[in-house]
This record gives sequence, structure tokens and C-alpha cells, in this order.
Amino acid sequence: MSVTVRIPTPLRKLTAGADEVSIEGANVGAMIDNLEAAHPGLKERLCDDTGEIRRFVNIYVNDEDVRFMGGRNAELKDGDELSIVPAIAGGI
Amino acid sequence: MNIVRALKCRECGQEYDIEPTHVCEFCFGPLEVVYDYEKLDGYFTRELIESRPQTMWRYKELLPINGDPTVGAQNGFTPLVRAKNLEKVLGVKELYIKNDSVCYPTLSFKDRVVSVALSKAVEFGFTTVACASTGNLAGSVAANAAAAGLESYVFIPHDLEQGKILGAGVFGTNIIGIKGKYDDVNRLCSEVAGKYGWAFVNVNVRPFYAEGSKSLGYEVMEQLGWKAPKHIVVPMASGSLCTKVDKSIKEFIKLGLIEDNQTAVYGAQATGCSPIAKSVKDGTDMIHPVHADTIAKSLAIGNPADGYYANRVINESGGWAEDISDDEVVAAMKLLAETEGIFAETAGGVTLGCAKKMIESGKLPRDESIVLCITGNGLKTMEAVADAVTKPRIIEASLKEFDLLAEADGVNV
Repeated sequence: MSVTVRIPTPLRKLTAGADEVSIEGANVGAMIDNLEAAHPGLKERLCDDTGEIRRFVNIYVNDEDVRFMGGRNAELKDGDELSIVPAIAGGI
Repeated sequence: MNIVRALKCRECGQEYDIEPTHVCEFCFGPLEVVYDYEKLDGYFTRELIESRPQTMWRYKELLPINGDPTVGAQNGFTPLVRAKNLEKVLGVKELYIKNDSVCYPTLSFKDRVVSVALSKAVEFGFTTVACASTGNLAGSVAANAAAAGLESYVFIPHDLEQGKILGAGVFGTNIIGIKGKYDDVNRLCSEVAGKYGWAFVNVNVRPFYAEGSKSLGYEVMEQLGWKAPKHIVVPMASGSLCTKVDKSIKEFIKLGLIEDNQTAVYGAQATGCSPIAKSVKDGTDMIHPVHADTIAKSLAIGNPADGYYANRVINESGGWAEDISDDEVVAAMKLLAETEGIFAETAGGVTLGCAKKMIESGKLPRDESIVLCITGNGLKTMEAVADAVTKPRIIEASLKEFDLLAEADGVNV
């Protein structure tokens, strides 16, 4: 169960500059734990003290916001493409 | 005088140097420009401001650029209209329209933020500017970039109103239509911005860009005779304008330019995309993203980045938030046009329609001053009202035919 995660610029210091990493994980929560094991420090950037995904962090699985898919419990399948994107504003 | 101190994370307070960056490296919170206001003591007076040209840059000390603007020096300073006819229809005592539907040069309040963003981009040494946009921003970036001799890329949802697509493309920009909603465009741009060395006005130069919105608030206060309104209603997409209007009022109070009038800030959304209004009504600060579906496309942001802060401003100021259906949006656009001669875009219909609803429900008092912020022009969203407006009656160029028509209308010669 390997997925690809695109890493945004502000977090690349933690991935030795890599803009994409391959990681295991049956769901988003497990994926984040495995990310942390491979690249220590990543989890605290993505999750608050209770383990919830931070308010200003958006995680997408194949273009769908994980908040619509059960958040941390969103299930992943082999080959899924994930993006981590800081919330950005536009509009009014 | 430059009083900009730093960029500061709104969540954890970490400060950063003035650079093209927008999120906190530690907690991903948004960065905001902070100032050393005390440097303006005794210098930044009403007289100084009044002595300057009527543009948004008469408040330049409170906008985060060095010296004078290099882009958009003429932008802003739109009319504040006393809406006597609407007052009668709505049954309120003192109502004003801040009319950014005639903002220079592209007829939306985005000319304010873009002027700041592109001036800052030039300062940072960028030669290409870009944006993710629901339409107005694309037009403004394209126009202001053209005038400043900058290359531009604008990214929009592919199914925007024709007026907005044409209103950006005409400036010779690189216009990219994305198969998806604004939230998809935004996500793509966040990734593009990380890869290409461009100034993305609402990504890496966003902290500076967003400050431009404050000029709308400054103008309202000056135009009211150096006074803040009791109530101000703003449309919300990301929620940014709501927070910046509030900031503008607090700054003027801090600088002694106005008295504290306990201004309450109200937010307006279309029901088909109302995550912020819903959170206010539900009494929570949790914003649940939605899949946007409304004719008010400039407000169709399902995942509002400043939603949490807009919610807080509304609650702390004693305001409220409301949302209305697309039919009510069209009805309000017509009402504004027919009573005040102002043709606002769909977002303007949202603002007036929500204000009307809040007046009727008692959330907005009838006997105190109210300002409605109209942020874009109806000529760019004509599709929305095309079926609801009167069509011309076609006759021959014959006096006889017109006489018959006039007689049928009951017109006396």
C-alpha cells in the first residue's frame, strides 16, 4: 500500500528538499505517522496536539479534500496521489 | 515613512523578515504584516491625508510597500453614496453604498489589493506575476501588469462568466482555464507557486496583497467625515475583506484619526456557498468546507482560508452573518440598480440581499448608520440577470408607432 505525497515548499527542509515522497499507509492518519517516522518533525507541522489535521493544512487525495472523506480516517489505496497544501486565500 | 515591522504568524506569533512568503514554517498559519504604529505619532494626520491626491495611496503609510507605488498609483478612492431611495425601501434611517463597482481600472475592489501586490512584487524583483482567481482578480492582475510592463499568468475556473474571461484576456495576459472549481484552481496555484519563481498575488505575496483591502475601510471612514459607521456589511468568499475592514477601523482608532464607534461587522454569503455564515449562525468557529454551488461565482470559495478569522471578527464586533438564495441575489441586484442606479455584480446582490434579510430579522438596527460594500461591477456577470431584466420593445422608427406605445403606457402628451 504505497502512496505518493507531494510536499509543499515550506516543508521541504524536512524532506531533504524532496518535493515528492513515497510512503505506506492504509489511511491518512497512518500515512502521517509513517511520514513522521521517515521525516521527523513533519507530523507536528500537519497535526495539532490532539492529532487532528491543523486548521490551515489541506490534504488532498487524488484531488479530493480529505475533510470530505473522513479526515484522518480517510482510506488510502495503492497508487493514490496526495497533496499537502497550505490554505491560501483569494476571492473576497 | 516606512513603519512595516515584519511578517507575523497569526497562529503562533513567529515573526519573519519581509519576504515573498505567506505561511508559517512552524504551524502553517497565515502570515500578516505588522507595523510600528507609534512611528506615525503626530505625523499621520487628517490634514496630511486630505492634502494628498484622491487615490487609495493617500494612506500609503498603512500599506506595506517602500515609498511610492510603482503599480496602480491611480487606483481606489471610489464614491460613498448616500442611498436615500434604498433607505425608504428598506425602512432604515442612514444607509450608504461604498461603490467599488467603479474602482479604477477594472471595476472591482481587487484593483486595491493588486496595486499593493504588484508594487511589492516589483520591489522584490519579480518580472512575472500570477494569481488564482474567481474572475475579478484575474482582470485586475492582467490590467495592472500590462500597465506596469510585467508578464502575467492568471488561473481561473474554466466556466466563469464571459465578461470576466474577456475582461482578463483583453489585456494580453496568459489566461489558463482550469477544469474545476475555484478551490481546485487555488490548490493548483499553490503548487505552481512552489515550483515557478513568480509573484503569485494570493499565494506568496498574499500578506501584502491582503493589506490593500484596508484602503476600502479607510476611505469609508474619511468619506463619512472621519467617522466609522455603526454597521458595515461585506461580502465573504475567503473572509479576507471582512478581517481587513475590521483591521482598518482598529488602525484608525489606534492612530487617533477617529473615535471608536463600536462598529459591528456583518458578513454576507450565498446559500450555495456559505461555510462562514453557517459557522456564525451555528455558534461555532469550526468552518466546514463545502462544494460551492451558486451564481455568485466571485464568492464561490468552499474552503475559505480566512473563514476562522472572519468568524472571530464578526463575533467580537457584535455583528452577524447571513446567506441568501440565488433568486434573492438576482432580486437584490435589480433592487440596487432600480433604486440607486448602481449595477453591481452578483456579490453585490449577495451583500444587499443579506443586509435586507438582517434588517428584516432585526439583526441590523433600522436607526443607525449602515454601510454596504459593493465590490464588483454587474457588467461582468450579465448572465446572472439576463432573464430577469426588461427587454426592449421593438418598434419601427415611426412616431405613429411610438404614440401607440405611449398611449398604451398611459403617457400624456
